[in-house]
Order: sequence, then structure tokens, then C-alpha cells
Amino acid sequence: MNTRIAQIRKQSREAIPSLSVERAQLITQYYKSSRARQVSVPMRRAQAFYHFMEHKRLCYNPGELIIGERGPSPKAVPTYPEITVHSLEDLETLHNRSKVSYKSDEAMRRVYAEEIIPFWQGSSNRDKIFANLDKEWLAAYEAGIFTEFQEQRAPGHTVLGNRMFQKGFLDLKKEISKSIQSLDYYHDPEAYSKHEELKAMEVAADSIMLYAQRNHDFLIDLANHETEEDRKIELMEMAQICKQVPAHAPTTFHEALQHYWFIHLGVISEVNPWDSFNPGRLDQHLYPFYVRETTAGTLTVDRAKELLSSFWVKFNNHPAPPKIGITAKESSTYTDFALINLGGVKSDGSDAVNELSYLILDVVEEMRLLQPSSMIQVSKKNPDRFIRRAAQIIGTGFGQPSIFNTDAIVQELLNQGKSLEDARNGGASGCVETGAFGTECYILTGYFNLVKVLDVTLHNGVDPITGKTIGPETGRADEMRSFDELIRAFDRQLRHFIDIKIKGNNLIDRIFAENIPVPFLSLVIDDCIVNGKDYNNGGARYNTSYIQGVGLGSITDILTSIRYHVFEKKSLSMNNLLEATQLNFEHMETMRNTLLNHTPKYGNDDDYADEQATLVFNLFHDAVDGRPTTKGGHYRINMLPTTSHVYFGSVTGATADGRLAYKPLSEGISPVQGADRNGPTAVICSAAKIDHLKTGGTLLNQKLNPDLFSSDKGKDVVLHLVRSYFRMDGHHIQFNVVTAKILREAQLHPENHKDLIVRVAGYSDYFNHLSESLQDEIIARTMQAPTSFYP
Amino acid sequence: MKGVIFDIKRLALHDGPGIRQTVFLKGCPLSCHWCHNPESRSKRIICTKVIEVISGVSVEDIETIGREISVVDLMTSILRDRILYEESGGGVTFSGGEPLMQPGFLLQMLQQCHNQDIHTCVDTSGYASWKTLKKIAPFTDLFLYDLKHPDNEKHLFYTGVGNAKILKNLYLLDSINKDIWIRIPYIPTINDDEADLLKFLGILAKLNNKPQISLLPYHKLGSHKYAHFQMPYHTMQDIEEPVKDSMVTAKQLFENEGYYVTIGG
Repeated sequence: MNTRIAQIRKQSREAIPSLSVERAQLITQYYKSSRARQVSVPMRRAQAFYHFMEHKRLCYNPGELIIGERGPSPKAVPTYPEITVHSLEDLETLHNRSKVSYKSDEAMRRVYAEEIIPFWQGSSNRDKIFANLDKEWLAAYEAGIFTEFQEQRAPGHTVLGNRMFQKGFLDLKKEISKSIQSLDYYHDPEAYSKHEELKAMEVAADSIMLYAQRNHDFLIDLANHETEEDRKIELMEMAQICKQVPAHAPTTFHEALQHYWFIHLGVISEVNPWDSFNPGRLDQHLYPFYVRETTAGTLTVDRAKELLSSFWVKFNNHPAPPKIGITAKESSTYTDFALINLGGVKSDGSDAVNELSYLILDVVEEMRLLQPSSMIQVSKKNPDRFIRRAAQIIGTGFGQPSIFNTDAIVQELLNQGKSLEDARNGGASGCVETGAFGTECYILTGYFNLVKVLDVTLHNGVDPITGKTIGPETGRADEMRSFDELIRAFDRQLRHFIDIKIKGNNLIDRIFAENIPVPFLSLVIDDCIVNGKDYNNGGARYNTSYIQGVGLGSITDILTSIRYHVFEKKSLSMNNLLEATQLNFEHMETMRNTLLNHTPKYGNDDDYADEQATLVFNLFHDAVDGRPTTKGGHYRINMLPTTSHVYFGSVTGATADGRLAYKPLSEGISPVQGADRNGPTAVICSAAKIDHLKTGGTLLNQKLNPDLFSSDKGKDVVLHLVRSYFRMDGHHIQFNVVTAKILREAQLHPENHKDLIVRVAGYSDYFNHLSESLQDEIIARTMQAPTSFYP
Repeated sequence: MKGVIFDIKRLALHDGPGIRQTVFLKGCPLSCHWCHNPESRSKRIICTKVIEVISGVSVEDIETIGREISVVDLMTSILRDRILYEESGGGVTFSGGEPLMQPGFLLQMLQQCHNQDIHTCVDTSGYASWKTLKKIAPFTDLFLYDLKHPDNEKHLFYTGVGNAKILKNLYLLDSINKDIWIRIPYIPTINDDEADLLKFLGILAKLNNKPQISLLPYHKLGSHKYAHFQMPYHTMQDIEEPVKDSMVTAKQLFENEGYYVTIGG
């Protein structure tokens, strides 16, 4: 890393996340104007965006090669009052909380008190949502049955495709004109709305070009004042680049990066999308520029690396928008889930790994930043060398890159009805979510607490924590005569809560479609322009809504305990067991020992336990999969938790697998922490028993002993585990390479471990940033080490 | 048919090529002072009382060392990792204890694996009748063959048996060209001086085929088991784990004679 990169990296690392009032002020200013009241909703959104891009303060960080920040400085995060208006107490909480805090000053609080809160209170999108959700939904939400991604953040969660690396916004404006010209006002009842949406897209395109023009002028000014000759030239070049992109298609490597970055800033300034945004298949998009320029001699490998490094810092400068309440608990991290995809296959199905894939891995290793996150896609066609190189970086112990199965992703997308080519151009974003890049609106709608649903089933529709009835009466557990009867009751409760969740989702979808269209994002995702429809209103080629199942390992072990002890061995009665969980196993340590240590457990390749995993998985899948969304797409499932397994655990009492009350649930499709005792091969065999191809992503975490990476043979374990798991159609696997000893030491002396990064679930984070219960959860995960015995 | 095993380890990396499943058969005719699986010596299934701490409370539990397993059940376990064997060039390893102590069971297992095209290793002390070894040899792809001490007297002292039979079997296996990896537990003060190492080389020089050699550094990980199972951990109290430099020197010595040598399995 050269001095310049070290300097901007340091600036990024040391910047303290804070709130910036600028956006809230500019947006409110616009919404108060008479202009805002005279136009349609899409136009209002576009003009507000224009107003922000026209007036936002520009930011320049000395030495950087990619220009542009969403806020006025690195890690200064705007707020989005039209979506969720923070109260003064919220600002206080955000400022003071010990983990994932956002600093704000007195001036900001005053602006909030005087301008922002009075204008938005009661009319933000969040207020509209909560005013419309029914009691049933609220009861389930408050009980911790599910979470809601869109309650304070807008739908986003998509990825740029290759098309936008070949087009500028002037090209898009031509497409818009064509689309407007082809509107059929006589036969298409939606023609007027399409017209408004397309006009709004036009304004959004102008906004980003204006922003680039402003940066151009700014850079020229900086160049004029620059005393160092080399930098002066560089600043002039950067200014020139802002003339080219995003108005025109990029022609160089540097332009391509700046082009993407402008688009990224547009998407994350327009709203606060969850997840942020993502260039996706970066090694594929940049490769033509890289080859052309390195061949022509206008770009050296070192310069390409330097540009990429500066690009990396940009992502790290942008923490997630502030989250509060349950949303903060389910995703307690600054990470905003931009996930760089490397490798995989090309649209013709051939091996996509190229020189740039390796160069970007070098950047990942050297930058060692939380953002952007990185992953490799592995197809059977990709070389082992690619996995070995990734394994080397994984061995350095910061959880990146994670590893995905391209062949599974392609089949998952085909199963959802995508074309073969769109499927091959796809990948995974966020934590592990499958998507067709550049062509799909695929949003996560909320985590779903499978364990809690079982707990409500066992209590005949009552939440045992609050005593409130939140589900239907599906029978007293102690009167159930067979395991099948219990499963039937669980299935009824599951469908009941899925219905509630989907009813809520559909309502929220419409509130967003009608109040918060995103004309800018719609510009860059196919086929919003052709369809004349917004991204939030079904404009994309494909539309998918996910419900993310949480606690598969836990629910499997709970059901296995009940099946084994109550219905088969009859060594415990249902009443015994329920009473013990009610008492949190106090004075029942012998029973708890039996449940913990003498009961089959998921994650050991034990078919007896794993049968319950596939059973629950299939019930969950069948309850959700294929149901229609308001956007003309379908509901699908995936299995990932971010940090919701900690939150869901905190609202769930003790369980029949021996878990104590309020402790975290298992995460992703990983076994219960510490329950897997037969090594990682048994874990992957267990995890592969569910049909990953029916999902839009599953998440499997493995903690490996760092010693493994000290021998060549040990290093190859990662390769072989990955190849084997993927032959079994596993979707994703990630590795934490750290010992529990180090983690315990870091918990005691955080000051000595400021740089310690661990894999959480689908992302990496500084260990110090995690809540204590999440730290404990990671420590409790089984450390997998190959065994060595000799006489 | 049933055998008695005391463990199955999946993802064993040091018991032959690739990723292996290692099956530990119970019972051993030797009693090596440094043995770190002393509970594997007896063929009996042992139950001991242990204390588990649950929510801070001590709970009495029974720990069972060893279990009976049928050929069919063990094959089911072995076949579970087939994809891993194929991806990594691995297979199954029968270790112990001394796997040759259960010759009938071992033979059936090896035959079944052979039928399933699963690569087989037998990790043995070589202390068995030639008749037994000869029977299993056609179904064993690789022998992991232990040489514990070159000197008969010392071998007798430290392991309870002499090494004559072991060496004889080694030469016989070599004469029918079986693949063999020699494994030498490298134990400071017991078999690590140059004279001992040269004697090992002398033994190896008589082989027709050059085996791969693994020097296995002595470690104390199993020492706590002696107290746990109330067995004496005699003569080993003061012996330290070998330092890396001396291992490297020993490795060099073998390499100079043209052997491929690994430290560890």
C-alpha cells in the first residue's frame, strides 16, 4: 500500500460515524416549497433529489482518486426524514449508545427540533406504515415473531448489472424519450402514471449529471490551487473524468470506477435503501477496460490497484444509515452490505475468473476494510487456484472473502423463472442473497423467528413470555399423542404468522410504491424505463420478496428433543419438559444435561436430528414460496440472520434443546453453537440435507482453528470442504479463523484488540463493535480443527 | 459381524493422503509409555463417572469409552464422506489401539471399502501374526507402519513388546510391494539421538522400496488421561515435547538418504 492509499485508508478508519443534518434540511426545504405541492409524487421525489444534488456540500479528501461523498465528510451519515423521522430521543440514543453509535451535535438537534420534526412528524412514511398495520401484525411484531425491513428503510437491496458500465445518463435520457413517445394514451390506462414516472427519471438523470458537473468545477478549482505539479495534473484528470461520466459511458478503468461511484451515491442519497447498493461482478465489469488499457500501455497494474484501493475506501466511508429500535437489533452494525462478487461464470457459462479477479483479491487482502464486503463465486469451472488464493486471505482471519456456489445460484435463479443468461450474470448480495444483477428488484422483507412460532405452538397460541394470545388455538401440547400432531399444529401456526407477515408486506409495498418511488434507482435497473414503472412499483424485469427464516439449528434440536424424549423414548413427559423450560431449567440440571449431551443434534450428520431440519425447512418453504407480491413477482425464502438471532433469542424463553431463556438462537443454517461435535465435514453433510436450490440463499458459518493454515495440507482443507459442500448443492460457506481464547481476551481487554475483525453472519465486523451477547455467541461456536492422532 | 471402536474422526488430515475418516479400533497389545490414548488399550468397553457442569451446577454423568458397531453401520458412517474422499484424494484409515487386534472385523471392513472403491489405510504397530497381515494386505492400499524404537531391548522396555516380529512383518510387506509410510514417534531422550536415528536408517535400508517417512513429534496432549483413567504415566513425567530445530535436523538426516519426510502425519 503506498503512502497516499495508507493516508486515505487511515482517514476512513479513524473517522467517527456521525449524523449530518444537511440532507434532512434540503429535503424538507424542498417539500415545503410550493413547487412540491404542484407536481405528481414521482416528480416530487425526483425534484427533491435534484434539489439535494444541486445544493449538497461537496467533499474532497486529500489524495483520493475517486470523488464524492454522500455526506459532507467521511462517515457523516445523512438522515431521511421523509422515510423515518427521528425524534430528539432517537438522536440522543444514537449519540449515546455504546455500540454502533452516531454522533450528533447541538446544532443538529436544534434544526431537528425546529424544522425537521414539526414538518415530518406524523407524515413520514414510517408513520403511514404504522397507522395502517393492524393489531394482529403489531402483536406478532412486538412478540418478536418477525421483523420488518421497510419500517424505517426503503426497499433497495439490488445490484448494478453490466449494462450500466456501457451507458451514460444521456443514453438513458434517449431511452426515456423513446419510452415516452411509445406511450399509448388511448389504450393503456396507466399511460399517465408512466409518463410522470418517466419524466421523474429524466429529472433524476439530470440530477446526477449536475452533481458530476459540480464536482468537475470543484476539482478544477482544487487543481488551480494545488501547488504540487503531479497532483495538479491528477486533479485535472479527475475533473475531466467528471465531464465524461456519468453523462457518457466510461471509456477507461478510472472512469468506470468513478461512473459506478456516482451511481452508488445517487442510489444511497435518493433514499436509505436496505441494502445500500453494489457493483456486483466487479472483475467482469472492469475487465474490458483493464485489458484495453493495460494492452495499450495507458494503465499499469500498480495504478489499477491504486485506483481500486481508493474505490475501496469510498465504501468504507459510508456506514449504514442510522437504525433504531428493533431494526437496530436485527442489524446491529455499521456495515451497509455492499458485496463485491468475483469469479463465477460468464453469460455464456464459461469460467469468468480473470487476472483482475486475483488483483481485486490482492486489494481485499491489503485494504482489510469492513466495507465493501467481498466474496468469491465458485463454479465447477473455476480453477482450484482461485479458491486457494481466497483461502489464503481467509487464513489471515478477517472473515473475507466468503465463498458462494455459482452453480447453485444459477439453478436457484432458474428455479425462480429467470432466463439462463440473466441467471449467469447474477450472484449474491447483502449477506448471501441470490439475485439477477441489473434486472431484479429483490428485497428482504424481514426475519422470521421459527423458534418462537414453535414456542407459541407448544403453548396453544399463547406467547409464554407475555401471556398474550397471539396465534390460533392449535391444541394443548400435553394432549398431543404423536409427533406428527405437533408438527401439524406447528404448520398451522407457521401459516398463520406467514399470512400476517405477507399481509403487512403487501401493505408496506403499496405505501412505498405510492409515496416513495425511486426514479433514480429505476434508471439503472432493467426494465424500469421500458416499462415506464418505478423500481418500487414492479418496474424491474424480475421482482422477488424474501422472508428470511432464522433459527433452523435451534428449532431442529428442539423438535428432535421432543420427538426423542417425549414421543419415542417416553423418558420425559411433555409437561415435564414445558415446566422445565418455564423454570429456565433451574434445579433441573440433570435434565438439561440429558437434553444437551444425550440427545441427537443437528450438525453431526445424524439423520435422526437432521430429519427435523428438512421437515421445518420444507414447511417454511411451502408456506411462503410462490405466493404473489404486489409487484407482480413472488415470495421466496432464504435463511440468514445478520444479528437477528440474538434479538430473536432475547424474546424467546428457554427451549427443549437445553438452551437457556433469552440466549441467542442458532444463526443461518449453522448448527446450535457448540452442538456440532463431529467436525466440519459432518456439518456440511447435515447442512446439505435441506434443498438449497429452493431458496434464495442460505448462510453457513464455520469457525476454523488458525493452526490449520500453518500447513499446506491444512490450507487445502478449505478447498476440499468448499468443493465437497458445493457438489452437494450448498449455497454458501464462510470461515472465521480465530480462537476462542483470543476472542475471550479481546472481550476482557478491548483496547488491545481494536483491529480484531470477525465474521458475524454474512458480514464481518470489528469484535469491539458487537454487543456482548453476540460476542458470547461467536465464542460459543464450535472451533473446528482437524484431528491428529498417532500412537 | 461387530467390532469394538472407541472413536470415529471425520476430517482426519494426518492419517494418510487427503481428507480421511479415521476409525479407532479398541484394544492394543502394546503399552507404549507415551501412548496418548491409554483408554484404547483394553478391548473392553469402559464406563466411568464424570462430572458435567450445567448452569454452574455439577451433574453426574456416565462416560462410555468404546462401543460395539456392526460392519453395516460402520460402512454407513464411512460412506457419508465419499464426496470429501473424492475431492481430496482421501479415504478411510483404520487406526487404534491396534486394528489388527480385531482381524476378522478389520478384514470385512477393508473388503467392503475395497468393493466401494474407497482408499484404505491401516495404521498399525505391525505387532501381529503374518497370517493376519497377509490376509488384509490385498485390501489395504497403504500401510501406516509404526517404528517406535530401533533397538529390541528398548522397544521391549518402552512398549511392552520387542520389535523382531514387527520388523519381520515390515520386510514381508515390503517384499510383496505394499505401499508403506513409516511413522516414527519422535520422543526426546528415548529415540531421538543420532545413534538411534542411524539405526532406524539401517532398518529402512534393507527395504526394497523407499517408503515415505513421517516423524511424529511427541506431545503431552494425552497426559491428563492417565490421571483421568487412574493409570500410571511412568517415566514420561519429565520428558518435554521436542523443539523444532531438532526435528528439522532429524528430518534432514533422513532426507540425505533420499527419503521423503514429513513432520507430523
